[in-house]
Amino acid sequence: MSAYILRRLLATFPVMAVVAIFVFVLLRLAPGDPAALIAGDDATAADIANIRTRLGLDLPIWHQFVIWIGGILQGDLGVSIFSNLPVTRLIAQRLEPTLMLALATLIVAVSLAVPLGVLAAWKAKSLVDRIVMGFSVMGFAVPVFLAGYVLIYIFAIQLRWLPVQGYKPLADGFWASIQSLVLPAIALGTAYMALIARITRASMLEVLSQDYIRTANSKGLATERVLLLHALKNAAVPIVTIIGIGIALLISGVVITETVFNIPGLGRLTVDAVLKRDYPIVQGLILVFAMTKVFINLMVDISYAFLDPRIRY
Amino acid sequence: MSAASIALEPAAGRASSGLWSEIRRNPTIFLGCAILLVLAACAILAPWIAADPLKHAPVNRLKAPSAEFWFGTDQFGRDIYSRIVYGARVSLIVGLSVAAISSVLGLTIGLLCGFYRWFDGIVMRIMDGIMAIPSILLAIALITLVHPSLTVVIIAIIIPEVPRIVRLVRSVVLSIREQPYIDGAVAGGTKAPRLLVRHVLPNAVAPLIVQATYVCASAIITEAGLSFLGAGVPPEIPSWGNIIAQGRVFFQLTPWVILIPGVFLALTVLAVNMLGDGLRDRLDPRLARRM
Repeated sequence: MSAYILRRLLATFPVMAVVAIFVFVLLRLAPGDPAALIAGDDATAADIANIRTRLGLDLPIWHQFVIWIGGILQGDLGVSIFSNLPVTRLIAQRLEPTLMLALATLIVAVSLAVPLGVLAAWKAKSLVDRIVMGFSVMGFAVPVFLAGYVLIYIFAIQLRWLPVQGYKPLADGFWASIQSLVLPAIALGTAYMALIARITRASMLEVLSQDYIRTANSKGLATERVLLLHALKNAAVPIVTIIGIGIALLISGVVITETVFNIPGLGRLTVDAVLKRDYPIVQGLILVFAMTKVFINLMVDISYAFLDPRIRY
Repeated sequence: MSAASIALEPAAGRASSGLWSEIRRNPTIFLGCAILLVLAACAILAPWIAADPLKHAPVNRLKAPSAEFWFGTDQFGRDIYSRIVYGARVSLIVGLSVAAISSVLGLTIGLLCGFYRWFDGIVMRIMDGIMAIPSILLAIALITLVHPSLTVVIIAIIIPEVPRIVRLVRSVVLSIREQPYIDGAVAGGTKAPRLLVRHVLPNAVAPLIVQATYVCASAIITEAGLSFLGAGVPPEIPSWGNIIAQGRVFFQLTPWVILIPGVFLALTVLAVNMLGDGLRDRLDPRLARRM
């Protein structure tokens, strides 16, 4: 078990190394002078020279890389070009809304999609099944921003049940915060729910056709006991995988959802930094997001070992 | 289609039937194709069926949908119907070119990875690294490095899509190369390039076509998302994402400027996905059973 976890842990290092090199090379790959690119169209020669010195762009490339990697390993992601604040502090300031949004989406999506998928598989080919599957095909095609604006239009503008946009931090009260997250979480979760429901149904269908399920049923166990304890547990590996893979989908979606709902999180920080060409922030965020994704994949792989002891090879 | 049929001949006896009867028999493929054909016709015929999508007419600004302006107008008085018809061009071009180019790239790299161990070691590490970066972030970062244009957007969407295809093709190759008939071919003196093209490639075509439709759908959504964020095709090009982005300011006043192109976008993606699901059920029965 621990050998498996260790091996899996070691495998994340080359991936992060490639990401780090990629992020470093990204700016240097651009045609022309990166300093001029960052400075923008109406910069003076002095501005450009200033940026070049600050980013160390006048040093040889290997030297730049060593400095950059050294900084990252010490938790230093550089300094924003515009605000002059450390990137790590800027990221920390915007962390709460994004974490809350991701958590709310995860809770909404998993708690709705898994039961729906189980229900659809249990009542396979029934009307319920058709509705769930219909939703999962449609839901997967709806872009986050369409879902977001439709929800805003119905629940915020027409019915006035929830706020149109914006985020209330936890410090302003738990309920106010939750209220500001309901619509964004549903919008962001739509495609995610569709995906989870679909895989849950497929995985359950496969398990439900097994002999031991028939045995469990015929010896008179309660239906919910068979469904949840015997079937769902054995169907869990693909479901957990898709919940993990789906988080990657969520990260891309977060950027768009935060723009639709005007939530001042990491997604907005990314878009604002990109539009202002504040590259140290963009580089730092790509690293942080990639690290999150690699970490989640690691967690998913480790969870396999718990869910299915056969995987502990 | 014919190449895909060859690949399946041992498994499916009905592979000889024509493309058309296949499409008619499968309602999912039929509906998906029908929607896409109508959209493609609109995109091609745009100059004849739509007005100038760029014409500003301040007199007509923020008009609700009516007989004159089917889908209303935006804050500059531009006709949303015409903009959507022209926008279909952008979405279809992006979807098709990303699907085609990333398939070819992914197929080539995947075949080589499956056959040459040293190549595999290096390339797969790079692919894992690219896949660790959320696709829309990677695309935004790439686009802002150069002056944005449709071509740049297409390239920026291709790069995060390629690893998904490489992984798929590589896994097919790895399973095929263990088959006895490959050993037989090798023993018979067949050289690697011929082995790849004659024996491995046909087996990779069916899953590749299915994957390509999903890449197409995802590319269309990504392009709209990028344009929505202001980091996609230049704002003067009427793409669905740009129409939606420019409608944000007046959303409470004129929700149709966002909702109507949004519905077209969802419908297009739905059609491509339906085509993909239908093809998957038809071409790859093993995968279909798992889904």
